[in-house]
Amino acid sequence: MQHSPSIGHVAEPETTTGLDHRKLLIWTFLGSECLFFGSLIATYLVYQGQSVVGPFPKDILEIPVTSVSTFVLLASSLMMVLAVTAIERGDMRAFRIWILACAIMGSTFLGFQVYEFNAFVHEGLTPRTNLFGSTFFTLTGFHGAHVTVGVIWLVSLFAGSLRGRVNPQNSLMVDIAALYWHFVDVVWIVIFTVIYLLGVSLG
Amino acid sequence: MQTKAPQDKERAYPPPLTYVKVGLLLGFITAVEVGIFYVQALRGAFIPIFLVLSAVKFALVAMFYMRLRFDSRLFSWLFVGGLLLAAAVMVALMALFQVFIRG
Repeated sequence: MQHSPSIGHVAEPETTTGLDHRKLLIWTFLGSECLFFGSLIATYLVYQGQSVVGPFPKDILEIPVTSVSTFVLLASSLMMVLAVTAIERGDMRAFRIWILACAIMGSTFLGFQVYEFNAFVHEGLTPRTNLFGSTFFTLTGFHGAHVTVGVIWLVSLFAGSLRGRVNPQNSLMVDIAALYWHFVDVVWIVIFTVIYLLGVSLG
Repeated sequence: MQTKAPQDKERAYPPPLTYVKVGLLLGFITAVEVGIFYVQALRGAFIPIFLVLSAVKFALVAMFYMRLRFDSRLFSWLFVGGLLLAAAVMVALMALFQVFIRG
């Protein structure tokens, strides 16, 4: 394996595993998050089709709108990985551009979610309306909360880079934030399929 | 330009162009999903089609954007372990509430 230390490379950690503990921690956290979201998705599926009163998924979910927000979130993941590669090669200007673009796209996704929640409430669907409302708002609400945390994290990294606290020597900070962001993205991939595409098409 | 993984037993990270290609592929698959959604003739096959396409997108993000393909295997085990546990919990919960019986 090539081992020339260069800009953006973290020094070999002196740990028993040879891996940085912070990166192990974030992966362990993401593994536990799989259980968290898995339980919420399972709960949604358990109660799917059990609502006694409407609105039902096919009455209210808008695939075109959610498709656009899905594209935005997927694109934000690309921006994030480009930010990571930029800081690893020491290009701080590119890093700031990409991470800011990622934060803006994350905020846009949240904007779509706020619009959607607002529209649903006006159409009579609240968390107390029926089982669909309870499970839908719980699942997508927790996902939205994760996106919000991610956006705050990205903005703090951007601000830190302006003050010199985030730099190529500690690019692992960005790598860890990126893993969290991509996880939020993969969770949405599952939600989009299970709730929106299958939820609407199967009733 | 290629960047390298920081620890041993890993492969070099791919160049940015690879990530752009993966991004385009993810966008294409999503467009295909949305397109299929409007083809009523395929309605009977929606579940397997959407689950497979969703799994492909999930795997692409995990392997390339989260760089599991290039990083230490231990990270993959931690994440896949969580995923498998989550899948087991989901199946158990759905079986408990007889989701598979009621269809």
